[in-house]
Order: sequence, then structure tokens, then C-alpha cells
Amino acid sequence: MIGVNGLSVRLGGRAVLADVDLSLRPGTITGLVGESGSGKSMTALAIIGLLPDGAKASGAVMLDGRNLLDLPEPALNDLRGRRIGMIFQEPMTALNPLMTIGDQVAEVLVRHRGLDRAQAAARARDRLDRVGLPLPRFPLGLYPHQLSGGQRQRVAIAMAIALAPDLLIADEPTTALDVTTQAQILDLLRGLVRDEGMALLLITHDLAVVAGIADRVAVMQAGRIVDEGPTEALFRARTHPYTRALFAAAAHQPDRVQAAAGAAPILRVTGAVRDYTLPRRAPFAPHPVLRAVDGVSLTVADGEAVGLVGESGCGKSTLTRAILGLDRLQAGRIELDGEPISDRMPARLRARVQVVFQDPHGSFDRRWRVDRLVAEPFHLTGRPHDWRDRVADALDQVGLSPDAMARHIHEFSGGQRQRIAIARALIIRPRLIVLDEAVSALDVQVRAQVLDLLARLRASHGLAWLFISHDLSVVRAIADRVLVMDRGRIVEDGTTAQVLSDPRHPTTRRLVAATPVIPPDWVA
Amino acid sequence: MRPLIRRLISLAVSLLVASAVIFAVVDLVPGDPASFVLGTGARPDTVAALREQMGLDLPWPVRYARWLGGVVTGDLGTSLAYKTPVADMIADRVLVSLPLALMALVLAVAVAFPAGMYAASRRGRAGDVAVMGGTQLGIALPNFWFAMLLVLVFAVRLRWLPAGGFPGWGHPLAALKALMLPAIALALPQAAILARVLRSALIETLEQDYIRSARAKGLSRGQALRRHALRNALIPVLTILGMQFSFLLAGAIIIENVFYLPGLGRLIFQAISQRDLVVVQSAVLVLVAAVILVTFLVDLAYAAVDPRLRGR
Amino acid sequence: MRAGLILGAVLTALAIAAALLSFVWTPFDVTGVSIADKLRPPSAAHPFGTDHFGRDILSMVMVGARTSLAVALLAVGIGMGAGVPLGLLAAARGGWVDEVVMRGNDLVFAFPSLVIAILITAAFGPSAVNAILAIGIFNIPVFARVTRAVALPIWTLDYVRAAQVAGKGRARISAEHILPNIASLLIVQGTIQFSLGILAEAGLSYVGLGAQPPTPSWGRMLAEAQTMVTLAPHVAIVPGVAIVLTVLGLNLLGDGLRDALDPRLKARLA
Repeated sequence: MIGVNGLSVRLGGRAVLADVDLSLRPGTITGLVGESGSGKSMTALAIIGLLPDGAKASGAVMLDGRNLLDLPEPALNDLRGRRIGMIFQEPMTALNPLMTIGDQVAEVLVRHRGLDRAQAAARARDRLDRVGLPLPRFPLGLYPHQLSGGQRQRVAIAMAIALAPDLLIADEPTTALDVTTQAQILDLLRGLVRDEGMALLLITHDLAVVAGIADRVAVMQAGRIVDEGPTEALFRARTHPYTRALFAAAAHQPDRVQAAAGAAPILRVTGAVRDYTLPRRAPFAPHPVLRAVDGVSLTVADGEAVGLVGESGCGKSTLTRAILGLDRLQAGRIELDGEPISDRMPARLRARVQVVFQDPHGSFDRRWRVDRLVAEPFHLTGRPHDWRDRVADALDQVGLSPDAMARHIHEFSGGQRQRIAIARALIIRPRLIVLDEAVSALDVQVRAQVLDLLARLRASHGLAWLFISHDLSVVRAIADRVLVMDRGRIVEDGTTAQVLSDPRHPTTRRLVAATPVIPPDWVA
Repeated sequence: MRPLIRRLISLAVSLLVASAVIFAVVDLVPGDPASFVLGTGARPDTVAALREQMGLDLPWPVRYARWLGGVVTGDLGTSLAYKTPVADMIADRVLVSLPLALMALVLAVAVAFPAGMYAASRRGRAGDVAVMGGTQLGIALPNFWFAMLLVLVFAVRLRWLPAGGFPGWGHPLAALKALMLPAIALALPQAAILARVLRSALIETLEQDYIRSARAKGLSRGQALRRHALRNALIPVLTILGMQFSFLLAGAIIIENVFYLPGLGRLIFQAISQRDLVVVQSAVLVLVAAVILVTFLVDLAYAAVDPRLRGR
Repeated sequence: MRAGLILGAVLTALAIAAALLSFVWTPFDVTGVSIADKLRPPSAAHPFGTDHFGRDILSMVMVGARTSLAVALLAVGIGMGAGVPLGLLAAARGGWVDEVVMRGNDLVFAFPSLVIAILITAAFGPSAVNAILAIGIFNIPVFARVTRAVALPIWTLDYVRAAQVAGKGRARISAEHILPNIASLLIVQGTIQFSLGILAEAGLSYVGLGAQPPTPSWGRMLAEAQTMVTLAPHVAIVPGVAIVLTVLGLNLLGDGLRDALDPRLKARLA
């Protein structure tokens, strides 16, 4: 067992962890939840002894009666990978791109067991089989770039569990993955804990993930553990106010707006096809073609909120680009208000659709001030004389004060930035706003507020939303109707309630089943 | 092997275009080589006869094709000033310039790698600051001036190495000795650049997630640096190494003047002053072809280092 | 590292001040030949001594700074003026435009500035303009590559897509969003190319492909000093030290600017 007692960490004179206690028992999954910046990852790095330079840890991390914080570096090197393993959030960058997966797994065995190449390779083979990467599809000689994100995360797990450590730390291991892949990885982790009897510390921001897998939960806020206990009991009781707030936000449903859905569609897509030519496999051979969007037809009625859901690579991003008039189609048409959309449509038409993107950091030129950023769409309509008043008005509608106008974007939090992005989309009063994963990067509490704002704006402005996401649970909160996309096609189209409770298409069923939910009876 | 074929085709195209550019520029030169050879007092009909003999009366596409054909068959014509075959003259000189550039390259790598790795592993500490300060100075050194200082110290004062001249490859040891000082003068400024690039590439790779993964496996900082960071850092270093070869070649040509080495550079400068353009044209092509070939080799090396580029 | 920025700025300012001052005043007339005073070691009257014609080396170095700085600056101007628009264009348009620009770049890159200078000199005879053109042409692909490399990732950012949704064209986005965001990097690259230009100019005029007599230049002073380096080392040492200090100053200035403008760029550039 590994015990964390009174662990505190200071970084640059600031306390980032204060008095953290955790006991990580064999065969037990402990969920560590909290919002970004609460100190979850710092706790993990302190336990494995990989704190950033300049961080000072005090307290104790006890293993076999020794305090790991007091051990010299060589002794820690000896423990890492053997007694404590760790996997990280980003599977795309967590593996060395120049080394085969077999060598990367074998390296742990060579390092700690001194196995020779052949023995290490045999053991690496066994571990890769265990994490679901069997022969003949996954030989040891593959390189990371030949694998998908989920497969890479499996390789990272194989590396971490190669020597059956006492403790496995998983820091947001599924955040970068699709829901169905997430469900598979969580299953794998659960099975490993059961079979190998290791302790698992699972760090996540997603309460629903924890509800489905963890035996115990610790809730972290501002560097402290504020609530701790068995998962079900803790979630049912919600004694601590912070736990209650997180829980409410995760289960939040904005008030339903009764859409005055007009008969005329604002957006109509008919038989849309978009191909991409890939590099040729041989000189003078024909270019292979990837059909990203394959005969999609859909409509969004005036004032309607529609969700478009699918996993990464299903074609929803390509379709979104075409709807925004940034990309052209090979076949089919897209009409906005009855007029055709293309990459060279007139400004007057383009002004009727605007967009909010996922990343609150990349959405703004950080050299511009907020007034200029929000006013950018006026390029389409001509800038009115009272443009500053209009900007102030738009900021007011998203709940920001007019003095935000003179500031730069880096002075705002992620949630505030998404509000500014919504203000920018509203400023020229479009008829349709496309929300491209617009709340995926936000913490649950902020996400709940932004969802409320979107619901309110729809009622007050009579807007239509097209909400694009990989996450059914987000779409459920806001859409009247859900479209499910898979391999370039729309495979399901129905009201939100119908799609979620009675999914017809196998893809939809897979998505619904994989979406983690907090058991409804815990909420009551 | 298909990607290799594609690269070879693009190599051939680059060489062809480069030769066309060189031909075009030199062919633009005002003045008639034939009357230059015969002097100002020559009779017009003798000049015309020589023009015909040299092929200067032919249209330029034919002249270009002839020259190109000569390049392929090794017949580059006859020097106007020395009346000897250009190909032989260039071959003699290449055997000085190319070994000099290569020696300098090897020397630069041998100095830069330990220095860059040491600085990266000591990032921000005294050792790093010292190495980086030294490289700052090294980059600022004009290699031909540095060569003069080396001559002053090691040849004139200490008399360890010759101050100049080249005994020919018939005396391999003496030849190597003669190239020693020029190679050092060329190599050190380039080593300074290379060490800086390697250091920053290493520091950047050390911040990557996979280094954290390697540390979580139980590798020490040093092991993670050597086993994971170094190979990844090699990619930007290779780019610079390829560019450095062209600087070294150019540097070799300049530095030959300090050491009175009979290399390509001195051949070219003499030929320019004698308006012996047949020599200039072909010698320049040799230089440019060498740069293009090295770029090609660097491309192959990328693929050897980075599996993501294989098969592309 | 702040100290490096200040030292770099001081050294650069010193070189520029010496060059500017030489237009109105030098300790001695650089055209005044005085064989009686030839190869004097440094003294109170001639702090850096005199050369083989008895000319004051301090005055020569001041006037030589003019040539070096002017050639290198104009060469950076040529490189930026042509390279930055090309790089922006390649990044903005992609596809075959990108391919054509980059292939053209590769071709020019195969001609080191020395080779370009050889070709121009072979065609038109030697002059300081050759050096400007040769170094300037070599700078074009350098700036085009850097511009394209830093512009491409910006084109994938959402704020560029937002500008496209706001109906802005590629040229306008390049001017309003891309260029301002890469300007600091281009300034840094500019100081690097400036210092490389000074080294290249010295090399070219050393081998006789750059400034011609009677224009004083650091490279030519070194060429002339070479034959008497054992007799009077100061004649060779002083111009060399002038080059080293100027180049060092510009490099320190460039590094310092890079750190001051954007600490994240530090690792990206060498």
C-alpha cells in the first residue's frame, strides 16, 4: 500500500498542494477529481517524484515504510516503472516517435530486470497482448505513428504495467479519446486492477467516469482534498458544498426553450460529398481518395437547436467547414435561407452564419484588443458608426461588462473567452450559429454557465444552433434534435429524447452505451 | 524503394535546373571569348574561325546541350588561358577543396556534439553559460581571419604546422598536416553554430511528453537524454548540418587564399581575373552539384532517423 | 541574459556610431598616403597603428564599418523584401503555389552567396553591389522559409478560421493576423542575417569579389594585411576584432530580443 500523508508542494513560492492525504490500497481504484488547476496532476507527479524543477515537496509518500520524498534520485529511478507506473493524458505525444513500440515496452524490462533483448521482447509481446494489441495486427516493430490514439494509450499502459507495479497512476488517460475508445480503455484499466491486484489512482475532471469505475473518490479544490470516501456514498450524500456544486454542474440541464421552429429551414444540406486526395502510393499511380463526407443531407429549421454527434474522423469537421463556406463540395449543395453556400458566397449571405470554436485560447489573435476582436465580423456588413456601442451591447448580452473592450484576451479565463467568442458570433445578428465543440474544453461549472447562456440567447434572439460535438452528454443538454454521423454519413436523425432512450443505429447504440453517466438514482 | 526513385528523379531535376541557371548567367557575359583568346590585334576572320571551332556561333540551346553532354562524359572543354582540359584542372583542385571541407565537417561534429550535450544537460548552470558564451564568440569569428591568427601562433611562433602550401596527396601525412590548420579554422565557427542548435534541440525534446514517459519508466535524466532525446534532436541538427556543408565548401574556397592551397577557389578566382569563363562555368557547377548532393544525402538521412518519413 | 541584450545593443550602437561618424569626421584622412609612417604600431597619435601605406587604421576601420553595415543591411532588405511576401504567399495559398515557391527556394539555396558572387562577378565584373546582390539573393530563401514555417501553424488556428468566417480573404488575413504575429520572429531573424551578412561581406571582399579599392572595407584590409601579418600583426588583428565585435553584438542583440519578445521562441530557433 502507498500512503500519502500531509503532502504539500510549493512552486515558485506559491502553495500548489496543501496537506494532501490519500491511501492507495492494492486492488482498489481511487478517483481524484477536481477542476483544472486544482492540483490533481501535481499530486501524481509528487507521488512518482517527477515534480517540475523548483518545486519543493514536504510531508510523506510512504512505500514499504520508506518516505519516497527523502529518497535520493538513483533510488527513485529504481522505483519508477517497477513499483510505480504512470500514464499521461496525451497518447499522441507520450511515446517516442522514433522507437518501435516493442522496444519502448522492452526498455522497462531491460532497465529494471536486466533482461537480454530476446527475453525482453518476449515479455513485451506478452504485455502488449494483455493490453489488447495482439499479433498479427500489432507486431513489436510498429512505430507510434502507425497507431491510433487509443492504441497508443494501450502501449503507454503496457509500458506502465510491464513489471506489475504496486501503483499505477493514470492522469486523465481518456480525456483526449473518443467515448467508445474511452470505455475500452477504462475497461482495460479495471481488468488490470482486478487481475494484477495493483492500486490505481485515476485522475479525471469527469465525475461520470469516476462514478462508473472508482471504488473511492477524493475531491480536490485549490490544492486541498476537501472530500473523500467510497464513491457511491460520497456521491449520494454530497455533504461538502464543493462536491455538491461539481455534482450539480455535471448533471445540469439548461431550461428547455420551446423553439418557435419555423417551417422554412434556415440550413439545408442536400447530398453533400467531399473527397480528399491522399498522396500516391507509387509514382504515377492514381491518388487514393478519402471520402470524408458521403452524401449527407440534413436540415436545420429556423430557430432550432440541432446537435451533430460523431467520433473523430467521422467527417463532422469537414462538413462544418463546408457549412461555414470555408471549403467546397464535390457534389451536392448547401443552402442558407434558400441561397447556395460556397467558399465565395457574397458577404450579405455569409453574414447570416457565424461560429464559436472549441479552443478558448486559439480562437483569438492575442495581439488584438477585445473591441477589435468582437467587431471583426463587421467586415461582412460594413462597420456601423455606433460599432463600439454594438460591441458593448454584445458583451453585455453574454454577461461581460463594457470595460472588457479595452483589454487583451490573455486577461480572461477560458469561460470568459468562450463568452467573448459568443459575443463575436452575435455581433452581426446572424440567423445560424455553429458551435464547434464549443464547451468541450471548459470545466464542468463553467460549462454549465455557458450552456445556460446559450439557452437564454436562443430564446431572446430566435437563433438556430448547430451544435457539433463528440460528446452526447453535452448535446443532450441543449439540442432539440440529434444527428449522428459515422464514416461520412448521417446514420441517425431524431429528437434528442428518442435518440438517447431508443437509439436505432448500431453506431448510436455504441455511442450511447459508451457515454459515461452518473447513475440516475444517485442524483435523486 | 519507390521513395528513393522519386528522390533520385528530383535530384536529377535539381541538377539540371541548376546547370541551366549557371549556363544562362555565364552565357550572358558581354564580350567575346574568342577575341579575348586571340588578343585585341587579331584579324576578324581568325576570330570567326575560332568562334566556329569553339562552337560559339551555334544557337544557345545547342551550346547548352553540348556543355551538358560534356559534363556527363567528363569533357568540359579546354581552358582559354592554360589550353589544358578543364576537367583535369577541376579534378586536381577538387581533391584539395573537398577533403578540406569534409575534414572540417568531421571536426565540427566531433567538437559540437559533446559541447551541445554537455550544455543541454547543465541547462542554466555555470557549465552551460560557459559553453554558450564560447559559442557566441565562435560564431562571430570570420574563419579566414581566425586562420590568419592560427598561422601566426601555430606556424610562425610555434612552428608545429606548415603556414601554407600543399605537397600533394603523394605525401599523405604531409598533405593531412597541410590541411590541419585550415580545417580547424573552418570547423570551429561551424562547431559553435552546431553546438547551439544541438543544445536548443535537446532542450526542446527534453520538454516533450515522451521524455516524461521515459522518466516514469525509471530512466535517469542522463539516460533519457541519451536514449530518447538525442535521436529526436538529431532531426533539426541534420538540417543545419546539410546547410553547413555549403558554408564549409564556400569557406574552404575563401580560406585557400590564406594557406596558398591549390584548391577550387584559387582556380576560380584566377579564371575570373583571366576571363577564362569555360573554367568558371564548370567549376561553379561542381560546387553547386556538391551542395545539391549533400542536400539529397541529408534527405536520405532524415528517413533513416525518422520512421514517419519512410515510405513517403 | 538581460546583460547579453545590453552588451549586444552597446556593441551594435558602437559600430553604427563609428560608421555614421566617419561621414563627418575621422582622426586622419583615409586617402592620405604617408609611406614614412607605414606599419607603425599602436601609439597615442594612431591608437590602432598604421598600415603599409601609413594610413591610420582607426580611421580605416571607421570608414570600413560603413561598407560592412551598408552591404549587410541592404542584403537583409532584399532578403526580407522578397522572402517575407513569398513565405506569406506560400503559407496562405498552399498547394501548387507553395510547391513552386519552395522548389524555387531549394534551387536558390543550392547557390551559396559566394557562388552567386562568383557568377555575378564573372558576368559583370567586381563591385560592392555584387556583394549586396549575392548576399541579398541568398537571404531570400532564408526569409521565405522562416516566414512560411512560422506562418503555417498560425493558419491552422481558430482565430484565422474566425476571420475567414468574417469574410476576410487570404491576403487581408496575412496582413492583419499573420504578419503582426510573426513580426518579432522576423526581426530576430533579421538581426541574425545582418550579422551573417557582415561575415559574408568580409569574406567576399577578402577574396576580391566585394568592395573595390579605394573603398575601405574590413575584408579588404585583412587581405592587404595578410602579407605583412608577421611583421605587423596589429594590421591584421584590428579589422578582425572589429568584425568579431560587430557580429557578436548583433548576435547578442538578436538573442536578447528573442528572449524579451517571446520566451517560447527561444527553443524553436537555434
